[in-house]
Amino acid sequence: MNTISLTMKEVTDMYPLLSSNIRKILGVVLCLVLLIYLCYASLVFGVIDTSWQTAIDAYTHFNGSNEHIVIKEVRVPRVLNALSVGFCLGLAGTLLQSLTRNPVADVELFGLNAGAALFVVFAVTFIGISSLTQFTWIAFIGSAAAGIVVYLLGSLGRDGLSPVKLILAGAAITALSASIRHGMMVLNEKAADEVLFWLAGSVGGRKLEYLETVFPYMLVAWILAFLLARPIQTLLMGEDVAKGLGQRTLLVKIMTGLVLVLLSGSAVAVAGPIGFVGLVTPHLARFFVGIDTRWVLLYSGMFGSVLLLAADIAARFVAMPAEVPIGVMTALIGIPFFIYVARKGLDEK
Amino acid sequence: MKEYLPLRLGKRFSSFQLHKKALWVTLLALFLTVLMMIISLGMGEMKISPLDVVKVLLGIGSEQHELIVQQFRMPRIIIAVLVGAALASAGAIMQGIVRNPLASPDILGVSGGASVAAVGFLLLFETASIRWLPPIAFLGATLTTLLLYALAWKKGVTPLRLVMIGVGIKIASGALVTLLIMFSPFLLQNKALLWLTGSIYGVSWDDVQMILPWIVVLIALAALLARRVNIQQLGDEIATSVGSRLQLDRFLLLMICAALVGTAVSVGGDISFVALLAPHIAKQLIGPSFGGALPLSALIGSLIVLIADLIARMAFSPLDVPVGVFTSAVGAPFFIYLLYKNRNH
Repeated sequence: MNTISLTMKEVTDMYPLLSSNIRKILGVVLCLVLLIYLCYASLVFGVIDTSWQTAIDAYTHFNGSNEHIVIKEVRVPRVLNALSVGFCLGLAGTLLQSLTRNPVADVELFGLNAGAALFVVFAVTFIGISSLTQFTWIAFIGSAAAGIVVYLLGSLGRDGLSPVKLILAGAAITALSASIRHGMMVLNEKAADEVLFWLAGSVGGRKLEYLETVFPYMLVAWILAFLLARPIQTLLMGEDVAKGLGQRTLLVKIMTGLVLVLLSGSAVAVAGPIGFVGLVTPHLARFFVGIDTRWVLLYSGMFGSVLLLAADIAARFVAMPAEVPIGVMTALIGIPFFIYVARKGLDEK
Repeated sequence: MKEYLPLRLGKRFSSFQLHKKALWVTLLALFLTVLMMIISLGMGEMKISPLDVVKVLLGIGSEQHELIVQQFRMPRIIIAVLVGAALASAGAIMQGIVRNPLASPDILGVSGGASVAAVGFLLLFETASIRWLPPIAFLGATLTTLLLYALAWKKGVTPLRLVMIGVGIKIASGALVTLLIMFSPFLLQNKALLWLTGSIYGVSWDDVQMILPWIVVLIALAALLARRVNIQQLGDEIATSVGSRLQLDRFLLLMICAALVGTAVSVGGDISFVALLAPHIAKQLIGPSFGGALPLSALIGSLIVLIADLIARMAFSPLDVPVGVFTSAVGAPFFIYLLYKNRNH
């Protein structure tokens, strides 16, 4: 009797909230409905309140009024930025946590954001670049460069890439680039003022063209991420098992690294460094759908979009008419869920 | 010759094996720290040769040198050593009990809690005496750790929950600090930002007196508990089955860690990355046994802060750059070198 109840308890502990495929698909539909509602809210609410009708009119019967301009130039780019950047960060977090087998891995801790920030500050200080358009590419390159260095450092040695080495290399590169960036900013206060806005990270105040420039890369990265889901699932069983099953683990790891660089590079290029989203969404996703990487990826990406959209809307209202940095709002909205999930813990295996 | 030296303090109280290599490396680090202190004491607006510094220390130097070394530079150097040692030992303890190489007091929100308290104090009570800042920061660190512990408690505390909830607390406290700074007048913002970067500018003998006893006692306590940290590293099941009082030890160690961070942060501000990097450097040098790694981590932490402070003072003189800017510029390259050197282990 005792043993049976114990196993039952384990089973209920192990099964995620959405256990069957039908429920998972239903969950996706629900999530999409939520996303659509948030898009609507993000378009309509703000310092200037508009209506759905005005939003549609802005495209069908554009009349040059303030509302229409706001919707076309400010609100729509914001929504699209939040959707795509959130999705990227959600996917990146999942991939990174799988690759390092570390539940607290995040783009922030792997030097990807720090590298982008370093390059941008460097460009401002020494090359005198100060337009956001140019920041886009510099950030992308910075993130990629940091990613490649971390990856190479993490795979030094005979046994190749190991999670612990990757984590240590990431921590070291983050620390180093943050330090150099701080130094440059202390010495050049004018440059510091110029980049502070960018460093805070935001989905607002960015023209649609930044997103347009990097969107192809995002799309490729999304597709690759889902193609990699199955091999990663195998790799998660352990390097030796994966090899035994005939997987070319090195190829999978390199591809994952590449996709990661694309994802976080394009996210940081559009919105500046935004941390935490990629940390929290994989946990929320696993809480709902369990350990199947394909579903985790999808849910994590969607949750990323939801979180960024919601945070962006909230950021407008907390200190109206000023705006709170979006990182603050993602944290304040996301932390309660994160702590709940961490306490509830599907990971306790 | 045996590779290990056993050390015992009573039969049940505390004991650990000392690796011979660890001993030598530690002595070398100690020597380097003292050397760095002497060099650093001589550097500044007025250069004093290391020999003269030693003379002053022995009490036979000239009066002018004595004034500069004893009154102006010495407190700052000692604070650098103490703060570095405290942060690094806290990091070593944290990584030991949490079994996650990413763990450190800054990443688990302990320093974040201290920051919230300190920044809140600076911004909300602008007329209050700055003397209250250290106890407030200390209180912040301790309360945050208690909160972390309470939130992670569910029939005991597991390392995984501790890390996850710690990271959550860190991010929440970062958000709170940003909010506090946003909603405060411009003049105060700079003061808060300077504190956040971590600076040991203008410390006095009073500060030394205030934190020295705490740090010495706490590090000594941590050293006595070394074998319990070693056991915790084996995993919860093994630790319990060999008779370790897992939860009690974990709580004790966490509180020591919080007190160390609180003390260091209260004087030095939020100096980042020392707590994360120093223990890793120590482990790369001598391996993971906590008994050896703790003192070496402490010394390496001291060295990092000392060198960073020297650069911060000298490189952009007369501008006194906050030391927090350089701590990882000093620590990270060496750490990367060690990663490269130990790539096949």
